[in-house]
Parts: sequence; structure tokens; C-alpha cells
Amino acid sequence: MALRTMISGRAVRSGAAMGARSISSWWRNVEPAPKDPILGVTEAFLADPSPNKVNVGVGAYRDDDGKPVVLECVREAERRIAGNLNMEYLPMGGSMNMVEETLKLAYGENSELIKDKRIAAIQALSGTGACRIFADFQRRFRPESQIYIPVPTWSNHHNIWRDAQVPQRTFHYYHPESKGLDFASMMDDIKNAPNGSFFLLHACAHNPTGVDPSEEQWREISYQFKAKGHFAFFDMAYQGFASGDPEKDAKSIRIFLEDGHLIGCSQSYAKNMGLYGQRVGCLSVVCEDEKQAVAVKSQLQQLARPMYSNPPVHGALIVSIILSDPDLKKLWLKEVKGMADRIIGMRTALRENLESLGSSLSWEHITNQIGMFCYSGMTPEQVDRLTNEFHIYMTRNGRISMAGVTTKNVAYLANAIHDVTKSP
Amino acid sequence: MAMSATPATLNVLLSFPSPNQRRLHLGTSNQSSSFLRTHLVNTKSFSRTTMTVAVNASRFENITMAPPDPILGVSEAFKADTHEMKLNLGVGAYRTEDLQPYVLNVVKKAENLMLERGDNKEYLPIEGLAAFNKVTAELLFGTDNQIILQKKKRKSVIDVCVFCSLKVATIQGLSGTGSLRLAAALIERYFPGAKVLISSPTWGNHKNIFNDARVQWSEYRYYDPNTVGLDFNGMIADIKAAPDGSFILLHGCAHNPTGIDPTPEQWEIIADVIQEKNHIPFFDVAYQGFASGSLDTDASSVRLFAARGMELLVAQSYSKNLGLYAERIGAINVVCSTADAATRVKSQLKRLARPMYSNPPVHGARIVANVVGNPELFSEWKDEMEMMAGRIKSVRQKLYSSLCTKEKTGKDWSFILKQIGMFSFTGLNKAQSDNMTNKWHVYMTKDGRISLAGLSSAKCEYLADAIIDSYHNVS
Repeated sequence: MALRTMISGRAVRSGAAMGARSISSWWRNVEPAPKDPILGVTEAFLADPSPNKVNVGVGAYRDDDGKPVVLECVREAERRIAGNLNMEYLPMGGSMNMVEETLKLAYGENSELIKDKRIAAIQALSGTGACRIFADFQRRFRPESQIYIPVPTWSNHHNIWRDAQVPQRTFHYYHPESKGLDFASMMDDIKNAPNGSFFLLHACAHNPTGVDPSEEQWREISYQFKAKGHFAFFDMAYQGFASGDPEKDAKSIRIFLEDGHLIGCSQSYAKNMGLYGQRVGCLSVVCEDEKQAVAVKSQLQQLARPMYSNPPVHGALIVSIILSDPDLKKLWLKEVKGMADRIIGMRTALRENLESLGSSLSWEHITNQIGMFCYSGMTPEQVDRLTNEFHIYMTRNGRISMAGVTTKNVAYLANAIHDVTKSP
Repeated sequence: MAMSATPATLNVLLSFPSPNQRRLHLGTSNQSSSFLRTHLVNTKSFSRTTMTVAVNASRFENITMAPPDPILGVSEAFKADTHEMKLNLGVGAYRTEDLQPYVLNVVKKAENLMLERGDNKEYLPIEGLAAFNKVTAELLFGTDNQIILQKKKRKSVIDVCVFCSLKVATIQGLSGTGSLRLAAALIERYFPGAKVLISSPTWGNHKNIFNDARVQWSEYRYYDPNTVGLDFNGMIADIKAAPDGSFILLHGCAHNPTGIDPTPEQWEIIADVIQEKNHIPFFDVAYQGFASGSLDTDASSVRLFAARGMELLVAQSYSKNLGLYAERIGAINVVCSTADAATRVKSQLKRLARPMYSNPPVHGARIVANVVGNPELFSEWKDEMEMMAGRIKSVRQKLYSSLCTKEKTGKDWSFILKQIGMFSFTGLNKAQSDNMTNKWHVYMTKDGRISLAGLSSAKCEYLADAIIDSYHNVS
């Protein structure tokens, strides 16, 4: 037995026989995963050699030259950090300073909830991480619950709640005919859902449609949620990016808070501070009192520990430095407004271009919609033509990332869109 | 139909009780006044006042306080202690002789380079920074290793080099924890019912990771309290007894918490048994460079297995060896027998990562890529690595000497010298460890583990006193 082992062992050890014992891999039954519908677009774009190519796929802000932007306030914060501070582990809940400042953005500078320490909050891996920890938390402590997700939504929402093993339901949101909000059906769905259901809401600048409820509509939604005892989880990935004013963009949340809802909220600095790759965000859950908030926070940390132990520090430091320094914070607010304004300007330009090309279709929705994205209403086939014939990259649901539109490419883009959408 | 709600309607509707609504119990005066303040002061119209009084009960009422983390909780307790002699030997974070955290010079240089270059902050691809993935695999397997022969695909005009590793699926992960979690998720999805065997004892978070990933685990014998050494026979027997095709979690070097590593000969036998049983080796490499001081030596166990043509999983972390703790930088590597399998596995790892965090943080990855990918910085790193490992070896020696001097009953403390890496398993039990903390203000984990990285040579005598007292006078 020992001899046989020795022999087979030796045979395998020799490089020549490498793989002899494991020619059939353990991983035979692993199929190739489908390309991510959003991130796959950028891969395809990068591979395209055409000089005219346009990337209006992923929602990452570009300046008018189509270049990624690092905000000045961020560069300054980084100068202050570089090479200086040590890199000791953050606590499991992340940077408390960053979290405190972040809560003020969502809940209000003078929020009573913050003062009363009723919010359980942890630093999270950007918006994705915040949603995922919440989904896991929901699964663990409300295993009987489901999540109601708007149609359409950011595709990764489905992945997140699915991998967290929380069953999903949908509610009406987008109205294809008007390219606006299907408010009536949405309210019906809210009313018909069992009492105490969990809903995912986009706080502002809905992704992918850019269609947001009006303030009045939010009030009605909030009221209906009260009537039904529903739980509202807000995904706020674009605060500041929608209107240019973070306070205004948080209005939906503030309405719910005024009405006494105990909400959950995911916040991200990927877009509004341009910290995409740093993965900085925050998950918060409003509780009845401080004691409960402490307990809930401990459980959120408990979920984070076996996922990544503690969150990355670099981006959190940047956020802390900026938000705690009045001058840097002012600069940030100015830069965010600048980004939002450029996008609003591009919306106008795109619409005007299409109209002046004589398109018979209505393109009002381009300027009615808000935030980074425009739900153009184009079909997957039209999108494919845009890509194949015009080297314009976007997701097949017709979502255009307005952040990728510039004064230099808007005419080309309008031309191409007109070409594929005009009647033959 | 969208209803325009009149105040009257509101009141009527809200008087109808629903399961999740109840009047908020106005308990302490603090609570009630703040509640009222919140809801009455901020309300806009008078009619809404009635509506806001009935607050939805929290869904999370029944949630109890989670227990403090046994490792990270130690540092928190240490911080709260005001005693002047307090010593933090809890978490494995390297400290200088002055017990200060240490940012490696190469890291500072790399960061300055990055700042000068003005790198942007765009999303990384899901699999992380390509330059990082390349160097991390090379560091682990060796640059000559056949399994990571790199094919450079030049992507025409933009001249983007896409490195594709022949037989290893490498993706950047959130340090060791995140990389282990991805692997666990992969196991759960593709090997339903498969078990992971973990050493007894092992790093406390391993169990949490497999539990949360819903992967079954059981233990193989490892630590022998009688010898304060490796229970090799027990280990081999338990690996043999496991169902064929189990995953065996192995510490590549500097076993955490014991500091006890198999010898090269023992590694060969472990590999033999794993092959016999058709198990999959799963390495956790958190201390490459920190054990012996040599990056190559510390990777020899992994390379031994890889050289046999075995498929394996390896999680890496740069928390300790590059001091990048809070940057959360590591990788999961899956060595496959075919390039095709590696491609497919990589795609599925990405699919698991996307709903966890979408794409990994860029900063730490860039630091590693700059250090390891730059010959000068790499060489400097090796020197700093040797220095750090050297300091630990020397406090180990000093602690041992102090113990010998103070030992009056002939107990053999030489096991301390045989252990390797950041930690030492003292053999103290929970009560004795508690005594270390309560009487001596020495903070450590309850399993008797001390982090030598947190020990200065100046404090060796004090620590020796504490250990001797706890061992002999407490049971």
C-alpha cells in the first residue's frame, strides 16, 4: 500500500505526468457565466478599434472631453492622506466619522434621528455592498419576507437579493408609452401587496429610466406605505447628481421620515464623489430607539465579518476629510452641481439635435427624465444597430448614460439614434 | 386610480389597525419627547399629526445583540483599558519595537508614485486590477511556473494588454476574508453537499465564512496540547476518513492561531493522502513572507502541491506582509487542470462577486501592483519583509529566554521557538487567558493565542511573568 502510494505519488510529482490524475477537472460542470449586461458593455467598447466609438453604457461620469474625472476636492483629500496615515484595520462597522457625515447627507444635517442615535449604520462596499448586507440581514431576521423591486431596475438588484436568497416580487414603475411613471399601476401594486411587505425604492434619479415620482406622488406613496405597514428600503446612488442639490435629491427620504417610517437606506459615493473604484458607501437602518440601533448594528457587522471582515479605508478617508472640512465640502457641492449641470445641458442638446433632425418621434422624455440615465425607448434591435453600425455602446434596454454624452459626440449620437429609429 | 387623499380620509384609513401598526410605547421621557419632537415639530399640515402618531413597529424588534467578535473585540477592549502596563497581543497586526503601527516604506513610495501619476478612480473590472492579478499569481506560484504562463493579447489601437493566465483563475478579492468567501460561495454553488475540513483550531472567522456561505464543515485534528505541537497522525487520519472529494483547508505557512507548520516531509505526505482521497486542497495564505522572512520559502507548500499537477484553491492576503490591512487587498486563485476550466471558473467567481460588491477597491491593488511589479521596490520590500519577520523572531527568542529564566518547575517552553509566524499558541486555557487580561492587562484571544507582532523586546519580561503566573497559578 505504501509502495503503491509512493509510486503513484512519484509519478504524479514528475512534471511529465502532470495532470495524469486530474485530467478531468473538478470544474467540469462549471458553465461559463453570462456576461454582465452592464459591465460587459465597457469590455466590448474597449475592444472596438473605431475612432468614432461612443460609450454611453456604464454610469460613470465623463467630462466634456469624454474623460473620467477625479474631483478637485478628492485630489486635495488624497494629498493630505498619501503616505501619512497608517492602514490599520477599520472597525467592522467602518469609519465612524465617515458614517456620521454620510448619515447627515441622507437624513438631514440636524436630524433628530441622528441625535437620538436611532440609526444603525455601517460603512459598506459602495451601494452594492450596502444593498447586499441589507438583503442578507432581511433574510436572516425576516426569513418569511420578500422584496418588491420596481420594473425596471438596475440589473444587479436582482442578483443581490437572489444571492441573498430573498424571494423577489415586482411592482409596476415605468410606463413605456409615456416614457414616464406608471403611477396608477404602481399604487395598485403597493395596495395589493400583503401588509408589511418590503419595497426597494430608488430615492432619486431612477436607474435605468431616469423617471422619478414628483414630490406629491412621493407623499402619496408614503401615505400608502403607512396604510399598508410596508417597509421602505431606499437605494440612493445619485444624491446630488439628479438636480445638482443633495438636499433636494433626498426629498423622498425626508418625506418618508416625516411620516414616521422606519426606513433602510443604501448610499453610495461612487458617482457623486467620483469614488467609483474605491467602493465607499453606507448602509443605514432606522430603529425605534438607541438600544435597538446598537443591536441591529451589531448584527449588520456580524454579516460583514464573514464577507470581508472590515471595509476598505482609503475611500472612507477621502469622504471624511472632504465632508468634515467646510471649504472642501463647499468645493464638493460646487463640483457635484457642475456635473449635474453638464448632464442636464447634454439632455437638452441631445433632444434639440433629434428634433432638428426632423424626427417624428417625441423626445421630451430626454429632458423630463433626471439623473445620469435616459431611457430612450429604443428596442434591443435598434441598440444592436447602434453598436454594429455606429459603434455606440449602451445596454440593450435602451438606457443611455448621459454622462458619456459630450458636445463633441452629441450630434453623432443624435444622428445615429435618428437613423435607427426613423420610419423606413 | 391615484387617490387624492383628503385629511378626513387619512384619519379614517389610519384608524383601521393593521398588523404592523401599533402605538409607539412612550417609555422613557427621553424617548417620548424626542418622538414627539420628531413627529409633531416637523409635520407640515395639522391633519398629518394624527397620521404620524401611529408609528410602524420596527420589523427588527426581536433582534438581539450579536456577540463581540472574539478577535476584533479584543482590540476594542484593549482601547478601553487605562492601565499603564497594558499590552495588546490580540489581533495580528504588526507593530514596531515602539509598538506603533508600521507603514512600509515601499508602500509610501508606491502611494506617492500613484499620487504623482494622478491615477483615476474608475471602476475596476469585476475581477479586479489586471496588473495586480498578474503579480499576485506570480508571487504565489513563482514566475517560472507553468501554470501561470502568461499570454499577452494586444488589443489593437488602444494597446491594452489582457493577461490571461493559462490554468489559474485569479481574481482580486477583499483581502483574505473576501477571497475565502468567494471560494466558499463557489463551493456552495458547484459542490452542493461537499464538506470543507478545517484544522482544529483555526482562525476564528473561517467557521463564520463557511457558515454564512452555507457550506458544511468539520474539523481535522491539528494541534496537540500535550506536545504543543502538530498532531500529525491525527491530521492524516482525519483527512483520510473524510468523504472523497472533500475540500481540505490548509494554512500555507505560519498557521493561525498555533504557529505550528508541517515540515516539508509532512507536506509531501499530506499531499499524498489528499491525492489518494481525491480531495481538493484549499490554501489560506495570509502570511507569505512573514513566516520565514522569505516570500519563496513561505510559498513552498503551495508550490509543492501545484507541482504535482493538483487542482487547488488558494486565498491570499496582503494585510500583513505589505501592511495593507485596511485596504482589503487579496486574491482567490483556482488552479485548474485545463485552461478552459480556468476561464469558466473565473467567470463564475465574477458572477458571485458582482452581487456582493460589484468590483473590488482599487487603491490597495494599485499599491501591490506598483510594489511587486517594480524591481527596485520589490527588492526593497523583500528587505522590509525580512526586517519585520526578523523582529518577530527576535522577540520570540527573547520571550523564550525570559520564560526559561523565570520558570521554576521545569516546564519546557521550547515549543515557542518551534512555532513560526506572527502568533504563538501559549497552551494557556480560557481561564488562564482571562487571568492574563484581568490581572496582567495582557490582551489576547481566549484560545491562548498571542500575537508576537504586538510584543516589544522591552515587554518580554513582563509578559513572561504574566504567562508563568497564569500557567502555574490558575487552572
